[in-house]
Amino acid sequence: MSVTTTSIAVDETPLVLHLLRRADDALILGHRLSEWTGNAPTLEEDLALANIALDLIGQSRALFDYAGSLCGLDEDQLAYRRDARQYRNLLITEQLNGDFACTIARQFLYSAFIDPYWREAMSSSDATIAAIAAKAEKETAYHLRHASEWLIRLGDGTGESHRRAQAGLEELWPFTGEFFEVDAPDQSLIDAGTIPDPAELHDGWSSRINTILARATLTRPKDSWMQTGGRTGRHSEHLGHILAELQYLQRSHPGAKW
Amino acid sequence: MVADARQRAYEAVATVTDPEIPVLTIADLGVLRDVTVNDGQVEVTITPTYTGCPAMNVIALEIDMALVRAGFTGAKIRTVLSPAWTTDWLTASGREKLLAYGIAPPDRAGGRRALFGEARAACPLCGSGDTELLAEFGSTACKSLYRCRSCREPFDAFKCH
Repeated sequence: MSVTTTSIAVDETPLVLHLLRRADDALILGHRLSEWTGNAPTLEEDLALANIALDLIGQSRALFDYAGSLCGLDEDQLAYRRDARQYRNLLITEQLNGDFACTIARQFLYSAFIDPYWREAMSSSDATIAAIAAKAEKETAYHLRHASEWLIRLGDGTGESHRRAQAGLEELWPFTGEFFEVDAPDQSLIDAGTIPDPAELHDGWSSRINTILARATLTRPKDSWMQTGGRTGRHSEHLGHILAELQYLQRSHPGAKW
Repeated sequence: MVADARQRAYEAVATVTDPEIPVLTIADLGVLRDVTVNDGQVEVTITPTYTGCPAMNVIALEIDMALVRAGFTGAKIRTVLSPAWTTDWLTASGREKLLAYGIAPPDRAGGRRALFGEARAACPLCGSGDTELLAEFGSTACKSLYRCRSCREPFDAFKCH
């Protein structure tokens, strides 16, 4: 009996690899946020988290579409037919939602990084990246404001909301080191002016974190061991569970359309 | 003749409305960017308001159907991201239609950069400026939810973008 697979191979040039990294971040975080639909603490937040998820999935589609045009695949193949080890997302995006405070802490830490990233990427030497960045940046600015306002409300709220917000930050802090990682393929794109250098975004990110945490009366967690691996396909156990749900239909019926 | 075909194609496409805000046409919204006709082949260029806007698929389908009704088959519909759509592309008549429909039109550019900017929307029902933001995200990706402190009615406001 022959063994068949529904997985596809991707020719990862540095540009394709970077586009997949950013697309996977947006898709996986969007998928996680969509899990709040019908479960958020208030109707307004149900709508907000679903809207943010929709923005992120929209961004991932634009990025997959561009990556696919460079490697001869389409957005559905890239989203549905790669295995966990081929996914390139940041580990923070696949972590469990936890409680509402933990989800807001993740949205805050990630948005505070990705919003200025897209703003810088608007001046990319690659016209398609610049166009995607100009769309994404308007949306992430909104996401950052939403998460910042909630973090302040939770941190400076009741004893219980403060405790939960602080616990969320402590839990997720070890995943923030990955935002600023640069490997050889990314470095070649930075040198060519195709993508921003995340190292140059670190100070701005750090000061945004400090400003909002001070207003939220929360404590900035101490830097210690930082998790790593998402960019090379070494994931936490959570990603496989996400993909099982996300990819089920296309794995069972490859190429299905309706 | 060519100019006439282009005009007919444009007029057909310009009648397509946003499925989520049916009083607005895609021309009012600024989503319709261009219509060209070459040798009877129509190409329509549209741009999304938000990258994940689920209305885009429906809009593309309706454009195709409107063109078929006007006698153009096999139209090509192209989506472009650049230049990025902004609420400033909403036409003056589009803003009036929004207001009459009960949705506060967006402020003209500016202010959205302020992290805790006090965006204000006048109540589309009573006209009062004494309103409060209830939620940043409303019933669709392009709207937020406000309440009027004068007439106490909640209302949707188009996000400034």
